[in-house]
Amino acid sequence: MTVLRVQNLGKAFRTYRTEWHRFARWFGLPVKPAEETWVLRHVSFEVRAGEAIGIVGQNGAGKSTLLKIITGTFQPTEGQVQVNGRIAAILELGMGFNPELTGRQNVRHAAGLMGFSPEQIDDALPDIEAFAEIGHYFDEPVRTYSSGMQMRVAFAVATAWRPDILIVDEALSVGDAYFQHKSFGRIRQFREHGTTLLIVSHDRNAIQAICNRSILLDQGTVIKEGDPEEVFDFYNALIAEKQSSTIEVKRLANGKAQTISGTGEARVEEIALYNSKGEKAEYVGVGEPVELHVRVKVYRPIETLVLGYGIKDRLGQVMYGTNTWHTKQVIHKPQPDDEYLFIIAFPVNLGVGSYSVQTALVDRDTHLTANYEWRDMALIFNVINIDKANFVGCLWNEPRIDIERLTP
Amino acid sequence: MRAMLYALWQYRHFVLSSIRNQLFSRFARSKLGGLWMLINPLAQVAIYALILSNVLGAKLPGVSSRYAYAIYLMAGLLAWNLLSEIISRCLTLFIEHGNLMQKMNFPRITLPAIVVGSSLLDNALLLLAMLGIFVLLGHPFNLALFWLLPLAVLVAAFAVGLGLTLGVMNVFLRDIGQVVPIVLQVWFWFTPIVYPSTIIPEPYRPWLGLNPAYPLVEAYHRVVVYGAAPELKGLLPIAALTVALLLTALFVFRRAAEEMVDVL
Repeated sequence: MTVLRVQNLGKAFRTYRTEWHRFARWFGLPVKPAEETWVLRHVSFEVRAGEAIGIVGQNGAGKSTLLKIITGTFQPTEGQVQVNGRIAAILELGMGFNPELTGRQNVRHAAGLMGFSPEQIDDALPDIEAFAEIGHYFDEPVRTYSSGMQMRVAFAVATAWRPDILIVDEALSVGDAYFQHKSFGRIRQFREHGTTLLIVSHDRNAIQAICNRSILLDQGTVIKEGDPEEVFDFYNALIAEKQSSTIEVKRLANGKAQTISGTGEARVEEIALYNSKGEKAEYVGVGEPVELHVRVKVYRPIETLVLGYGIKDRLGQVMYGTNTWHTKQVIHKPQPDDEYLFIIAFPVNLGVGSYSVQTALVDRDTHLTANYEWRDMALIFNVINIDKANFVGCLWNEPRIDIERLTP
Repeated sequence: MRAMLYALWQYRHFVLSSIRNQLFSRFARSKLGGLWMLINPLAQVAIYALILSNVLGAKLPGVSSRYAYAIYLMAGLLAWNLLSEIISRCLTLFIEHGNLMQKMNFPRITLPAIVVGSSLLDNALLLLAMLGIFVLLGHPFNLALFWLLPLAVLVAAFAVGLGLTLGVMNVFLRDIGQVVPIVLQVWFWFTPIVYPSTIIPEPYRPWLGLNPAYPLVEAYHRVVVYGAAPELKGLLPIAALTVALLLTALFVFRRAAEEMVDVL
């Protein structure tokens, strides 16, 4: 069942030569706006019940505007949004709380604002109080709350009734670790009961952990839609691509997409993994000492060259990553046609599974100032358990277990 | 229009609880709490009475009581306070709630409804306080006081009709928010509240007919000071104007609701 259908959505902010023109327009006078700024245009997508969609994009890409139109606070200029069911939004938690009123009174007020009747609110109040877990503070004025307590109450009331669509905007990192787990748990539980999630976040891990699909917005249009990992790789490339360069996406044999981007001053010519016997390997054993060889060629003169790499699991979570800026091995003033071989030696302290290597050739510790080349899925390798005791997890962390018998 | 009223009905509990919360939060953390909202206008009455009663008190026609001027002042201020409070609160209403309107989807019409409700409530409390003072001053009551009920509704409707349009325009043109308080000040002094209309020189008196607040305040005077029914003939044009203002306000409000959120 489609719970949300967005069709050819567009939003323009209009400015007039004088505001009197705007007023005249309300009364039907044919006045043309001086300027129209489109912040969203030709956006279409559909969401089915129970899906979790991550909306990704740079600041100003139109994410918030899109969410506001879906929530209903903004009216679209063109196109339409069809929503089947109730929408709840965790946008700015605790907004509209009156500091002089108690938590309980504010909960009633906020729930009333959401459109619930006093009877419904009475029914839900014990649950809200229990979920917030702030004890006697629930009946104290909100001004005496810590910001974490305010978050708790706000989250509890915003999610007191299971919505058909839940919109979460950068609010996943609310409160303390304990409450974060609890709120994630509630979101997960909603999802199991068929709630659709729309999440806006820059937190790659959060989106990859929860979402089954991602939508990348840039300059008001959807430029990519699909698997969250692929979308995030593309997004990262996009961030680095503020200047002028290409983004290349190759399909690999396993169906994953390899994204290469960058300005091209330096490139990774070859990358390979060597096992403990010094042979090129696609399969390596748990705990085996291996070497990652990365051959880099310089094409144009640059000031500094830094190689960064990261090892990601099949879900795209980075297991480990660093760069030669952090290891204080920056290459200064490399000349065109210089070639460098980076030999990265490490033990494969990873769990069994498939991993990918991403590489970045940059000028310093991030890829934001200069991005010579960024390559996702540069290499794929598998870790198998050859000589270790059976274990689970994504980390090889060899324990020593002592057992002492305490009863005679 | 009907959808708007229906939404308002659906959110009636929210409106009522908001009015209650506003009243409650005024009492929080202050010794005299809500009394301040009575003390303020009453202090105003005391000041005017003290300074102007000798100058103006004698000129009040048809009443001989020593305290007639104070009562006259209170009647006028009761009407004016309701009028100016609703207008000034509507003026900044949408700007104050801008963030909320951007984040939450709720019927916008509840916002002016809350203002009207809580202003009427404040005004009723002020009336009660004034009635108490009347008793102390020995001013006689009669049933004409019940005229205050429809009169207050008329004043509130007139004020919200004007205030809502100004409030919507203020979102786009912030100068309005600066100009209106000044205009209200001038308007106050051009309305016979602290002085009787009889002190205006005869040739200028017809100009008073152009002041829409004049028939309203006069009606309050008649009811409170003289214990007589208001002149309905004088109120008819203002009632018609009120209907026109309300319709304009609702029209502007509906047309602007969409764009308002964009610029907040």
